[in-house]
Amino acid sequence: MKNAIQVKGLTKRFGRFTAVDRVDMVIPRERVYGFLGPNGSGKTTAIRMMCGLLEPSAGEIEVLGMKIPEQTRQIRRKVGYMTQKFSLYSDLTILQNMQFMAQIMGVEKSQRSGRVHQLLDRFHLSSFSNRPAGALSGGQKRRLALAAAVIHHPKLLLLDEPTSEVDPNTRREFWDELFIMCEGGTTVLVTTHLMDEAERCHQLAILHEGQKVADGTPKALKQNLGSRIFQMDGQDITSARHLLVGLPEVLTTTRIGVSLRVMLRPGQREDEAWLAEQVSGCDLSIKTVEPSMEDVFVMVTQETDKGA
Amino acid sequence: MSMPAAFVRIIAISRKEFLHLVHDRLTFGMVVMIPLFQLVLFGYTINTDVRHIPAAVADNLNSGFSRQLILDLEATQILDFNQMATSPQHLESLIQDGVVSAGLYIPHDGEQRYYEGEGRPLVQLLVDGSDTTLAAAVRQLSNFSFQPGSTVANQSQSQQIAVRLLYNPERRAALFTVPGLLGVILTMTMVMFTSIAIVRERERGNMELLITTPVRNLELMLGKIIPYIGIGLIQVSVILFLGVLLFNIPVAGKLLAIYTVCLIFIVANLTLGLTISTLARNQLAAMQMFIFIFLPSMLLSGFMFPFVAMPKIAQLLAEILPLTHFLRIIRGIVLRGETLNGVAIDILYLIGFAMFFLLVSAVRFSKRLD
Repeated sequence: MKNAIQVKGLTKRFGRFTAVDRVDMVIPRERVYGFLGPNGSGKTTAIRMMCGLLEPSAGEIEVLGMKIPEQTRQIRRKVGYMTQKFSLYSDLTILQNMQFMAQIMGVEKSQRSGRVHQLLDRFHLSSFSNRPAGALSGGQKRRLALAAAVIHHPKLLLLDEPTSEVDPNTRREFWDELFIMCEGGTTVLVTTHLMDEAERCHQLAILHEGQKVADGTPKALKQNLGSRIFQMDGQDITSARHLLVGLPEVLTTTRIGVSLRVMLRPGQREDEAWLAEQVSGCDLSIKTVEPSMEDVFVMVTQETDKGA
Repeated sequence: MSMPAAFVRIIAISRKEFLHLVHDRLTFGMVVMIPLFQLVLFGYTINTDVRHIPAAVADNLNSGFSRQLILDLEATQILDFNQMATSPQHLESLIQDGVVSAGLYIPHDGEQRYYEGEGRPLVQLLVDGSDTTLAAAVRQLSNFSFQPGSTVANQSQSQQIAVRLLYNPERRAALFTVPGLLGVILTMTMVMFTSIAIVRERERGNMELLITTPVRNLELMLGKIIPYIGIGLIQVSVILFLGVLLFNIPVAGKLLAIYTVCLIFIVANLTLGLTISTLARNQLAAMQMFIFIFLPSMLLSGFMFPFVAMPKIAQLLAEILPLTHFLRIIRGIVLRGETLNGVAIDILYLIGFAMFFLLVSAVRFSKRLD
């Protein structure tokens, strides 16, 4: 078994609405793999199908070499799942929640207590283990949910927007943990709509309106963008923007602080000189810049919209 | 290897449910407060007009006189003589078995007594006193004045019918009400608690995590009902204790039978609640379904109105409800001294009911979100 997850033609329809549309995907083992996409792009639906929570309308799923739905039960013993919404019991304490998960996930009795306390220490939850889970802060809840999701040493960890409502420091620690687990042999699949998180992944797929619009390593995705990106700085960026919007060569213009970022349509070979011509009269400096993850994201999602 | 793991998971679910209860002070308080309030409130039961009580007759006179007496008594519409008996002992056994609720004994010298006019009652009417509403209705007949033929032959002022109450000679309503309350309170709390047990997890989002664990449907269902069995038995103890303390309910020597029957009844109600919980979309819908079950249980089971006095269609409906069967069993045991064997059919019904709905809930519960 070389890949952690393999899906072919994965489709989920809710009535007339298609949430996931013919997605093919291969997620290699022992990688941190990201699903990048805006809200409603089908990330959660896709992840739910991969852990057997939803039945696909069409397509095949193979998780850890086993088929869904036939082998869902065996898969569940090897998969850890962290839901987008906090789904442990708010009225139970941290310790009670962890003990419950240890029992239900089949951690051996002799190891249960040790495992629970080891995870509480590792996720900095020991000092308030008797507090009800509902009374925790957003970051603490996320750490508890992650600790519970890994209690049975899963081979595959599915995380649905694990860092929403979490401050930047907690987020950094959280991602550090993901890489430690990955190095320990766990495959991590994580959904996000944050570009900096997407950039951290070994590999990612970008979902848009239920379809996979791009995948690869962050580096390859940026290199293969096929669009030129320029950054303009100066006093007149507002007027420059007005001049550029609507030009057939220009895909998007985005204000970032005091700069204006201009992305050309893919295949357009126009250079800085051409751009300077378009905004002649404005007091600006123009330079070519490397594409960012956000550029990739904007690019692939806009292209699909145009095609639709 | 698979067995102990399943066992561990059931224990885990049970323990979790118990912790929910402990953390939820309100629910925990209800466990004791519901029996307490209801017991005091319903200490005085509702009396209603009762007609067409099934009765047996032992006619040892067997003459025109006795047949007219039987017809005249039937004309009051209070009694329906639909069973024949041979002796007073036979009448008593028919009443004990619950075949009839009253028995008329006409001695061979009944006619003679009438014409002697010495004031001796002509006949005896035996009544199952455990149902006070029934007993009260039958007792009206002690004022009945029988006139054979069309002539006013003997205007005796003396009582012609001697009414004898079996099982509850003091006609204490509480004796009848308290065992019934046991059933009503258990129905109310057990069905209510479990009807939200699954839908609540769904609403709060816990289900999304729970169904990705290896726990099986039947394990989840069993784990969910086990703590409530304990809660139910606590309630039974509270009600019995108060029943003995406040109303002198005779339970001595019958505790094992009472607890056995209550245990079966508790499980039947819990599985019914679980089934509701797998059907309902949200907690409100679960509550509505609970009331849909609870109201008929109150009204049709024989708790409020005597079962025999209800129209046939209502009786048929009532036969579906576990409370109807439980009331029959518990009144038989507490008031008439029935053994478990004597109420075996009702007990079997409850066991079948519990197993059926445990399976329905396990099958209905889908380990998926769609």
